[in-house]
Amino acid sequence: MSRLTAAFDRARSENRAAFVAYLCAGDPDFESSVAACRALLANGVDVLELGVPFSDPLADGLTNQLAAQRALEGGMTAARVFELVRKLRETSQVPVVFYTYYNLVFSQGVEAYVREARAAGVDALLTLDLPPEEAGELIAACRQHGLDTVFIVAPTTPESRLQVIAAAATGFIYYVSREGVTGVRDQVAQDIPAAVARIKRHTSLPVAVGFGISTRAQVAEVGAAADGVVVGSALVNCIRDNLRDRSRIAPVLAAKAAELSAGVKRTRA
Amino acid sequence: MSANSNVPPPLDRFSQPDPGGHFGSYGGVFVPETLMTALKELGEAYDVARKDPAFINELRLHLKEFAGRPTQLYFAERLTQHAGGAKIYLKREDLLHTGAHKINNALAQALLAKRMGKKRIIAETGAGQHGVATAAACAKFGLECVVYMGAHDMERQALNVFRMRLMGAEVRGVEAGQKTLKEAINEAMRDWVTNVRATHYILGTAYGAHPYPMMVRDFHRVIGQEAKEQILAREGRLPDELIACVGGGSNAIGLFFEFLEDLGVKMTGVEAGGHGIKRGEHAARFAGGRLGVLQGCKTFLLQDADGQIELTHSVSAGLDYAAVGPEHAFYRDRGRIQFAYATDDEVLETFQLCSRLEGIIPALESTHALVEGLKRAKSLSKDKVIIVNLSGRGDKDVQQVQAMLAKK
Ligand SMILES: Cc1ncc(COP(=O)(O)O)c(C=O)c1O
Repeated sequence: MSRLTAAFDRARSENRAAFVAYLCAGDPDFESSVAACRALLANGVDVLELGVPFSDPLADGLTNQLAAQRALEGGMTAARVFELVRKLRETSQVPVVFYTYYNLVFSQGVEAYVREARAAGVDALLTLDLPPEEAGELIAACRQHGLDTVFIVAPTTPESRLQVIAAAATGFIYYVSREGVTGVRDQVAQDIPAAVARIKRHTSLPVAVGFGISTRAQVAEVGAAADGVVVGSALVNCIRDNLRDRSRIAPVLAAKAAELSAGVKRTRA
Repeated sequence: MSANSNVPPPLDRFSQPDPGGHFGSYGGVFVPETLMTALKELGEAYDVARKDPAFINELRLHLKEFAGRPTQLYFAERLTQHAGGAKIYLKREDLLHTGAHKINNALAQALLAKRMGKKRIIAETGAGQHGVATAAACAKFGLECVVYMGAHDMERQALNVFRMRLMGAEVRGVEAGQKTLKEAINEAMRDWVTNVRATHYILGTAYGAHPYPMMVRDFHRVIGQEAKEQILAREGRLPDELIACVGGGSNAIGLFFEFLEDLGVKMTGVEAGGHGIKRGEHAARFAGGRLGVLQGCKTFLLQDADGQIELTHSVSAGLDYAAVGPEHAFYRDRGRIQFAYATDDEVLETFQLCSRLEGIIPALESTHALVEGLKRAKSLSKDKVIIVNLSGRGDKDVQQVQAMLAKK
């Protein structure tokens, strides 16, 4: 069983949703990023989504764009991203999902990249601009090396595509609850329970929901309907707000992760 | 083993792309899930429209009455004399309303958007010509129009920013990255992901996810169709060479497509050589790039070892882009389209030369094709015939060129 599947199973056995946290690898610099990730892992994070910084993150809102820019300016490279995962693996077995763009994989040779990711301790790839129709090579490489392939379902995804996506996905399915790019929203979408139910008619995989979730109340609300709750921009903002004193990033994130992950603890009766 | 098992099948220009938008190993659909359905709907709507006589006739009428088609094929007598070789003809897309070939595609896509019931249009622009064309089409059809443009391009193409605003478009500056065309496309795609249900994205070049490269090509095929008729009427034969500049590749594929199966007609696409082929100093994807995936399709890209997209430079905003249309990559592999580049210095010189000798001020983008056209003409005998696509006029560039010349 993959680490990812085990993490969702454990959450379910505890009658709660899994808490999935996103940060951009290397934001704002390598050492701060290691500390930031460790702060999350020590405070109720079930799955860590690591954004691999890309020069042209067209599915991301301003918060994540700036995070990627900080990471690249701070010296992140493909090799350093793997190094970061190896560093985290020294002390943690939490599943790590790469949230990435296809050119970063394709340009390295898909199979070679997947092999290296596996060796570093990565558990899954979520490639934002790679629909299942174009993902044959990536899926084959991931199956060969034992990585999960996470795919996105959007509110605009019709019933006919759900089957295609369900057939390509392993680990979990990521439902983006809003049309739009990543970023904090005031309110979570209204129709999440129905959307999750619609997806579940096509798959037995866990369904995690994200995009715009930023408060404990929202985590609890979404966690009541989904198998996992993804929080990204609200955590990235903790880095953005502490750039002048980077030693504050880890403690602030620790507190934020503890507060938000408490949301999933109370999701089910 | 059969002797001709290595011979590629005869060229059939309608064989590309496949239903998934692939031109051989290039092209395809590489976008966030949220856009998949919109692209499918667009492809379906286009497929119906292109076979519908009502759409075809209405578009033809607008191209004639609003845009000013057909454009002339003009014998550039003094440039020909200057080069001292092959005859140089200019396909005068610069004479179109709003000043460039871009209006062919903008009118057609705006009409398609209307058919699809989309009331809001977004577009990206580099040089501003596609933005201006889209703003004009939206004004004409009463559609809301938002144009994304890199802040750096807004400075160097300030006149076009004002023209767009005059025609009622909202121009949104993009401050990310190097503030040029690539960042404008990122921002337009973010807008589309957010407002996809009511919005149509009029992409301005033969690039991006399927069906854009095919559809934009088709909307510019009229350039080559006219040119073929015109040169046959004028010279009684096909040209020896066709030359066009290549940003994303729309004016070039528009001219070339009709001639692809005429194997005696040589075709050359001209990229931006900028300050020369050094990292970050040019936009010649075939000279310094390799295969990658960016903004919807698989093609040749300027990128570093990690797959990060590299900075580009060109004197012309319209060619200053890190990727090239997938159909061009496909025909380059087949040896059917050749590629060359022109440097900023060559362009600046030829910009002045064409103005002085012909009384025609070319767009900086189109001037790249003229640089190569003059070189080719020089190397060929006087009985040969070359057509250069004059994709746009240079009015938008005069302030920039004036400032550059003052510095020299
Ligand atoms: C006059 C002119 N020619 C050429 C181009 C380059 O685009 P494409 O390669 O799609 O023709 C532009 C783009 O802005 C332009 O304004």
